[in-house]
Amino acid sequence: MTYEAIRSLLPAMVEGMLTSLQVFFLTLLISLPLGIVLAAGRMSKHGLIRWPVQLYLLVMRGTPLMLQLFFFYFGPYYLFGAKPMDRLWAAILTFGLNYTAYFAEIFRGGLESIPKGQYEAAIILGMTRWQTFTRIIFPQVLKRILPPMGSEFMTLVKDTALARVIAVAELFDIAAKAANSFVSVTPYILAAVFYLVMNFLVGHGFLLVERKLSYYK
Amino acid sequence: MVMLSAMHMYKAFGDTLVLRDISIEVREGEVLAVIGPSGSGKSTLLRCINQLETLDRGEITVCGERMVTDGRYSDPAALRRIRLKVGLVFQNFNLFPHFSVLQNVTEAPMKVLGKSREAAEATAKGLLKKMGVLEKAASYPFELSGGQQQRVSIVRALALNPEILFFDEPTSALDPELTGEVLKVIRSLAEEKMTMVIVTHEMAFARDVADRVVFMDGGVVVEEGPPSQVFGNPQQERTKQFLLRYTEG
Repeated sequence: MTYEAIRSLLPAMVEGMLTSLQVFFLTLLISLPLGIVLAAGRMSKHGLIRWPVQLYLLVMRGTPLMLQLFFFYFGPYYLFGAKPMDRLWAAILTFGLNYTAYFAEIFRGGLESIPKGQYEAAIILGMTRWQTFTRIIFPQVLKRILPPMGSEFMTLVKDTALARVIAVAELFDIAAKAANSFVSVTPYILAAVFYLVMNFLVGHGFLLVERKLSYYK
Repeated sequence: MVMLSAMHMYKAFGDTLVLRDISIEVREGEVLAVIGPSGSGKSTLLRCINQLETLDRGEITVCGERMVTDGRYSDPAALRRIRLKVGLVFQNFNLFPHFSVLQNVTEAPMKVLGKSREAAEATAKGLLKKMGVLEKAASYPFELSGGQQQRVSIVRALALNPEILFFDEPTSALDPELTGEVLKVIRSLAEEKMTMVIVTHEMAFARDVADRVVFMDGGVVVEEGPPSQVFGNPQQERTKQFLLRYTEG
């Protein structure tokens, strides 16, 4: 590829990256809060709550994300003859529901690692359940789950490339199309650099938060 | 005035009966020591009175307010009022690791009682000073020795100004050389006529500080009386055996 061709490709790749970032952030917006809710459901004493949540976690973690993308995008049409959803939103919804399952398990691990005595101390001091969770439990959970969360965030950055299978014009899609038309591997290398930079920033962000929370043990 | 009346308490975990028709009463300004072998139900007794476990049967009245009547619990508002009248110091301190010493102490007065930061910090600093840990106010729990942590947790309980303070083996998690400093502050509270119930394995301390001693075994009160009697002239065979084992070390 000539220098000129690369320069003319870059704006399209930046646009693709913005689409990837949109998928990334909106997925987090859906899956982080939902993950906490499902973690609570997974830890419920009541089988009627816990059991469906376990089934959900099994299905979402036990089937390919690519399959889920096809299912959520084409499923409504095949099943009910409904008008297909916007591709981008179908991708965001699928990623959101899928990552909810992974985050739920990370949250659960974090919640279960907090000693019972922390809850009891809060109860004895007269704190409400909400205060106990927001002031005492969650801040400690956050510190403990940062390392697995960091890995999961980085995986999500890379997984956004899968949205290509339902024709979302994200970074990898742009790169793959350019590679085909220029018969060159350069667009792939460029895309790799884009992903690396994004994940460097994600990793560095997590490192900063970990450092900020290292004031206690 | 009777501050705590806990009558005919029953509690089972599965098939294991942990409390069997146990009754204790504590009067204002009194220090009650509860002694007994491991698994005798001492901690469960404390945890039931502090609403960390639910009683199967029995009656509990705290500072004139009914908590449990014939195994039935009062309404949540009453339980909450009672909760704020009692404090509990845990064996493992259970300080909040992400809060500084000062935050550990001011959190509940501010968030639960609605005190201003200034008022809460003033009270906290006064109590920390009294317990000899004021210089640790800005430190985090992991930077403190076990004895200091336990003294902070006593301050945390006192900051809510409880009517009765319960201790669940307050020195059992401490290295032997650190128990003294914690026992000293409990003793100073006794001298101020703080109403206290102390579950402990420190026999010398119980004998010295308690107004009354309850010896528990197998979920029942085996023997009860002033320390001079329970330790000096025990009436029951089981009490004698227990004390013998303890004095032998």
